[in-house]
Amino acid sequence: MLQPTNTTKLDPTTWLDSYGDILFRYAMARVHDQATAEDLVQEALLAGIISVDTFKGGSTERTWLVGILRHKILDYFRKTSREQRSDWSADDGDFDSEGSWAVTLTEWRTPEKLAEQDEFWPILGGCVDTLPESLRTLFTLRELDGLETDVLLETLNISSKNNLWVMLSRARKLVRNCLQTHWFERE
Amino acid sequence: MLTCKETAQLISESLDRSLTLRERLGLRLHLWRCDMCSRYASQLKFLQGACADADPEKLLEGVELSDSARERIRDRLAQER
Repeated sequence: MLQPTNTTKLDPTTWLDSYGDILFRYAMARVHDQATAEDLVQEALLAGIISVDTFKGGSTERTWLVGILRHKILDYFRKTSREQRSDWSADDGDFDSEGSWAVTLTEWRTPEKLAEQDEFWPILGGCVDTLPESLRTLFTLRELDGLETDVLLETLNISSKNNLWVMLSRARKLVRNCLQTHWFERE
Repeated sequence: MLTCKETAQLISESLDRSLTLRERLGLRLHLWRCDMCSRYASQLKFLQGACADADPEKLLEGVELSDSARERIRDRLAQER
């Protein structure tokens, strides 16, 4: 049964049931902590209730709520990134002392229609999960959300662009190595 | 001549910023003669594309709000209305 849709009038009483899990997964993919993700979902829904009159109807209810949650997540990172963490090292065993590859990179047989490879996505998610926290946050905001350098520097309190690029390079290599082991060399 | 280590860093940076002309030339020259770095470049591009297409629904299959969290949020929202 289709209800007549009225995009300018929202019904907050249905939000938790309709979008609770979607919002929770969105938050979990970024903050990776259950209690924090739950709090952020609650904050986003509360903010939605308060600003329900500002909804312009230009987007769907779901998109609008995800947008609010996205802001809450960035606020959370701004607050918690004041301290620099050194939970990762730029050194790795992938290069020898002369800067040549110490490992062999084999060709990847990448599937043509990746979106249809259902088993691939949890593995990619698992590989991102294995990153040290500071790299994981940076990698997620850059690659999943496409945030630009300046926003990342300010949000995550990273000291310099150079440092940011080194961290991203390290994160990408770690995820690449993990995919190599768990997807491309499986079986 | 760039080393593979320097090249790998530049390949990653090329996904985040515009490289200078000098960097682009150095990178192209290195990739032309280095299969490993060429593979690395296409693998990082693949990774970036995959992440851009990634749906959190699929990355976090089966992850849901717990019943207790749902109840807590429901109670809190009820206070607001």
